[in-house]
Formats: sequence, structure tokens, C-alpha cells
Amino acid sequence: MKPITTITNTTIPIMKENIDTDQLIPKQFLKNILKTGYGKDLFYDWRYLPGGKANPDFELNKPERKGASILITGDNFGCGSSREHAVWALKDFGIEVVIAGSYSDIFYMNSTKNGLLAIALPADERKILAEISANEKITVNLPDQVVQCRDKSFHFEIDPLWKHKFVNGLDDIAITFGYEKQIEDYEAHMPSFN
Amino acid sequence: MSQTMFDKIWNTHVIAGEPGNPQLMYVDLQLLHEVTSPQAFEGLRENNRKVRRPDRNFATMDHNVPTVDIFNIKDAISRKQIDTLGKNAKEFGVRLAGMGSEDQGIVHVIGPQLGLTQPGMIIVCGDSHTATHGAFGSIAFGIGTSEVEHVLATQTIWQTKPKTMGIHVHGKLPRGVFSKDIIMGIIAREGVAFGTGYAVEFYGDTIRNMSMEERMTICNMSIEGGAKMGSIQPDQVTYDYISGRKYAPKQMDKAIEYWKQFSTDDEAAFDRVIDFDVSSLAPFVSWGTNPGMSVPIDKAFPEIKNNDDEKAYEYIGLKPGETAEEIPIRFAFFGSCTNGRLSDLKVAASALKGRHIAEGVTALVVPGSREIKNKAEELGLDKIFKDAGCEWREPGCSACLGMNPDRVPVGVHCASTSNRNFEGRQGAGARTHLASPAMVAAAAIHGHFIDIRKEAI
Repeated sequence: MKPITTITNTTIPIMKENIDTDQLIPKQFLKNILKTGYGKDLFYDWRYLPGGKANPDFELNKPERKGASILITGDNFGCGSSREHAVWALKDFGIEVVIAGSYSDIFYMNSTKNGLLAIALPADERKILAEISANEKITVNLPDQVVQCRDKSFHFEIDPLWKHKFVNGLDDIAITFGYEKQIEDYEAHMPSFN
Repeated sequence: MSQTMFDKIWNTHVIAGEPGNPQLMYVDLQLLHEVTSPQAFEGLRENNRKVRRPDRNFATMDHNVPTVDIFNIKDAISRKQIDTLGKNAKEFGVRLAGMGSEDQGIVHVIGPQLGLTQPGMIIVCGDSHTATHGAFGSIAFGIGTSEVEHVLATQTIWQTKPKTMGIHVHGKLPRGVFSKDIIMGIIAREGVAFGTGYAVEFYGDTIRNMSMEERMTICNMSIEGGAKMGSIQPDQVTYDYISGRKYAPKQMDKAIEYWKQFSTDDEAAFDRVIDFDVSSLAPFVSWGTNPGMSVPIDKAFPEIKNNDDEKAYEYIGLKPGETAEEIPIRFAFFGSCTNGRLSDLKVAASALKGRHIAEGVTALVVPGSREIKNKAEELGLDKIFKDAGCEWREPGCSACLGMNPDRVPVGVHCASTSNRNFEGRQGAGARTHLASPAMVAAAAIHGHFIDIRKEAI
């Protein structure tokens, strides 16, 4: 995983509540056996018109949003299906940070495994971020846990363990292998009914 | 200090870490399917890692399986996913209920059916409906593919302990009202995110009087209210269900003695308690595009309160003030990990016996597993469904999510026993209306929903 410290970029606002993972990446695109290549199908049903043409009214398709990597959105983001493909699609499209009101538990855990920084901010602060112009940049500073926008600075919370992983780009499995002795001890004391 | 069942199970699985921080938890059982596992196995291969405990993992194919002829997979990518799981299971030594196996079925149906799902366990699967297994008094939750890989490699998972919520469900269910209506009613009242950050436990006399299959329906849809874990304390009903199954403990008495410790001391142990009286509950039908957007059959659809409501009405092609009796049903789906078990099929068959579905309605009946299909056929249910004009299919996830050829056509209203009414879930443009198997059967017969409390079924 690539370490993340500070990200400065433009934003894409999609201010809808309860965006589920079926909307982030519909099921017809889950058949791949790779982790990449999902970006073109992100928000497929909202992003493309029947027949496959890009919907010009959808934020992701607006030329002025091209290259933006910070998604501003509503509450309960990533609810529904556990598909990690939703996170892979956001990453593959180029999204580095999501700023929502809240997240589904499963989506949040998936984001921590893939270096997608998922930040929760209250509605009034997100409203400010959603209303800045398309060419204006904001800065997400992970070590200091702040989002900076113009002269304003919004603090966000993150679990110290996830922060440590993000900042250092660590692999979970390698970390857990360090606990092999404890795992073996645990297994030695498990009840057996066979 | 008093503890919940959840606290007790959690505490017996901690390997490292302190409460309040992510803790390293032992996983007793991981279930795998073809959609969320290929990248996990690939990750192991890339890093030259093996499956730590093949005996604590069990795989099957369900999402992509065609239900007319399971071996005739026309979609090359679906076939590749299924073949890939077959190869991965073989290479890494994981048990597999493969294509055509007697044990094959929807992953959340076969876990309990095979006796793999047991009280006091931590059970994970790369699928959000893993909450189903909580009905046995376990901690069961859906995980992403990276976590699947982590569990394969280490048989553990890092988790932060959630808060606990007790849902006290009490009262006698009125005739024509089922466990599906209870969970839909709770979500309609509390919203689709009320359980986020919580492990939910359902308890009360209504729950005690339920069969395991009814309990599974309730726990299955916990995730639709945001709770990734929903559980029920194990009791004699649970033990009787497990006893004698293929992978049930050989020493059942010893196991039951151990499982008995997993009970909630008192309500004060929960961080939050909510109360749900079912004695005057009505059958529920969803009108919108998330499972919280549903109403009792005798109530009109709500006014538009926000953009989400407006968008939902636009997608579903209905208006505020209309009722479920006015929805023109042209498709009916019986099946899924929510309502694809034998008792669900029995309820639907008893409603359809000697009747015929309305003209212009397509109805698919998809058993949750091969064993359920065989049992249903022994009881002659297949004949009842076919005589009523339904299609009797092979087991699988089918039209619950449309990853296989079973889809609801664009703009068509489908009465469905499944769990999600998201936009496009059952097929692009499909309009899903969630309800209990009895309600879906009645809707198929009449071409629209009816209040089944008023009709003898």
C-alpha cells in the first residue's frame, strides 16, 4: 500500500445520502477476478445514459471535474453489499479521499485495506466543501487530521491504528504474522467437541 | 458488570489488542463464494502464502449459477469466476460444495444446513448477508475481499468492537404476518442506518417462539438496517436444528454445555434497547429504492420529504398516496438467503395450491440449496408451483441480484422475497417490491399485492 500523508486536489460533490455499493459498482461488473479495471464502471447507472453515452449532468462527467480526487458526499456512504469492488472502483477511477457524513461499517473496513482515506465530517462543513468551485483545491492532512479549505480548517477523527497503517503504507497480513505465537496459543486452548 | 451474549462471544475470541482499539480476533469459520474470493486467493499466491486452516474454511458457488441448467454457463466471465474458485479450493485444500454437489446452495443457506454454523462462533464471509448465521447465537458478519485474504492467511481478523443494541420483539404475530414483516417493520420505523456501528441482538417471546428458519430471516436483514451483525441467543430450538447435521459436533452434549454460557445477562448490558410490539403488525411491502422505504399493506405511500424520496418515486414509477394494491406486478421471485428455505417454499406453495398466477406474470421459484430442492420435491411442492404457472428452478442466488441470467426486465414491477430493493439490483431498471413469501404468492395470483390478513391462505 502506498503511504498517504497530505493530499491536495480538487473535489467532486455528489450530495446524496445512503449511496449503496450497488450504485458505486453494479453487479454486472463484479465478475472480474482482478482488483483493477473497475474505474470506468464507477457509478455506472448514474454516469451513463441508456445506450452507453456519458450523462453530461452527472458530476463525474463534467469536464471541469476531471482529475479531481476528493469525493464529497452524504451520510451512510457505501451501505448495502460488502463488495470491495466499490472501493477498488473509486481507487481505480482516481479517488484518493472520500468525505462523507458517515459510512457503512463494511465499506469503512474495506477502505482501510486499500489506502482509500474515508473521512467523516458534519453536514455544515461538507456543505462548504461541496460549494467551492470546481477548480479550487482543498488539502487533506492526515498526520494533523484536518481538511483545509480556503482559510477554514476542519478536524476529523481516525483510529490511531488505521492512521498508522495509512501513513506508513503497511500490509495487514504482514502485521498479523507478528502475532503467530499468540494465535498458536489461542488455538491450543480452543474447546473441541469432536 | 452485566454482559451481552455478544460481549461474551467477543471476549472468548480476543487474541491481542485492547477494547476501544482494533483487536485481533480468532475466526472459527470462514465461508467463501466465487465473487468475493478470487482476488483473495490471488493475493496469497502473489505473496507465496498458504491457507492457515483449510479445515476452518468452506466454499461454494452461488451468485453466478444459472438456475435452468447449472452446467450451461453462457457468460464466459461467470464461468471463469466459478472455475477459478474450483481451482483455488483444490490448490489451497479448502473444502468445496462445487457445481452439482449435493451440498451446493446459497452460502448462507448451506452453512446452517450442513451444521457448520454453530453457537458461540465468529463466522465471516465476503458477503453482507453473513448476518444470517447470527440466528444461531454466533457473531457473524460480512467482510471485504482483503479481509477474506487476511482470514485465509491467518484465521484471524482485526475488528473494533461495536456497540450493542437489544431489540425486544414481543407479542403474538397476527395471521398472515411473518418474520420478514418484523424485520421490514423495524427498518421502516428505525431507518436504514439505525444499526450502523452496532451489533444487534433480537430477543423476546416472539423470537423464542420462532423456528430457526424464521430467526434466520430476521438476522439476515439486519444489514439492511445498517447492523453488520444481528444475532439471537441459542436455545433448545437451535440445538435441535444442529443435532445430526453433517458437520455438527460429534459430542453434542458437551457442545451444548459450552454454548449455554452465551446469553445476555440483562437488558442493562446493551448500549441501546429498542422495543418492537408485533401484536398489531401488518404485512409490509417496499415502495422505494432502499429497504427502509416500505409501508404496511393498509397504508398509502408517504409524501415526498427529500430528494432521495423524489428520486425513488421517479425510479419506481409510483406516486405518494397510492397503495401496494395498485402496483401492477408482472414478476414474482421466490428465493434468496432471506426467504429461500423449505418453510418459505411451503408457505408460498400453500397459497398457490389449486390457484394460478395472474396472466402476464412470470414467477420464478428458486430453492436456496440442492437439499431444499430435493425435500420440496419429496413433498410435491414443485408440482404445486408448476401447476400454478410458476417456473421451478435449480438452486442459487438467482434474481435476488441478477449476476446470473435471472433478471427482472426494465420497468417491470417485481414482488420479491429477497432483501434489497436498490436501483438496478434485480436487473437494470427493475422495480423491486420486497415482501414475505405469502405476500409475494398473493401478488403473483392477483397481479397486485393484497392484504392477506383478509384472505384465507
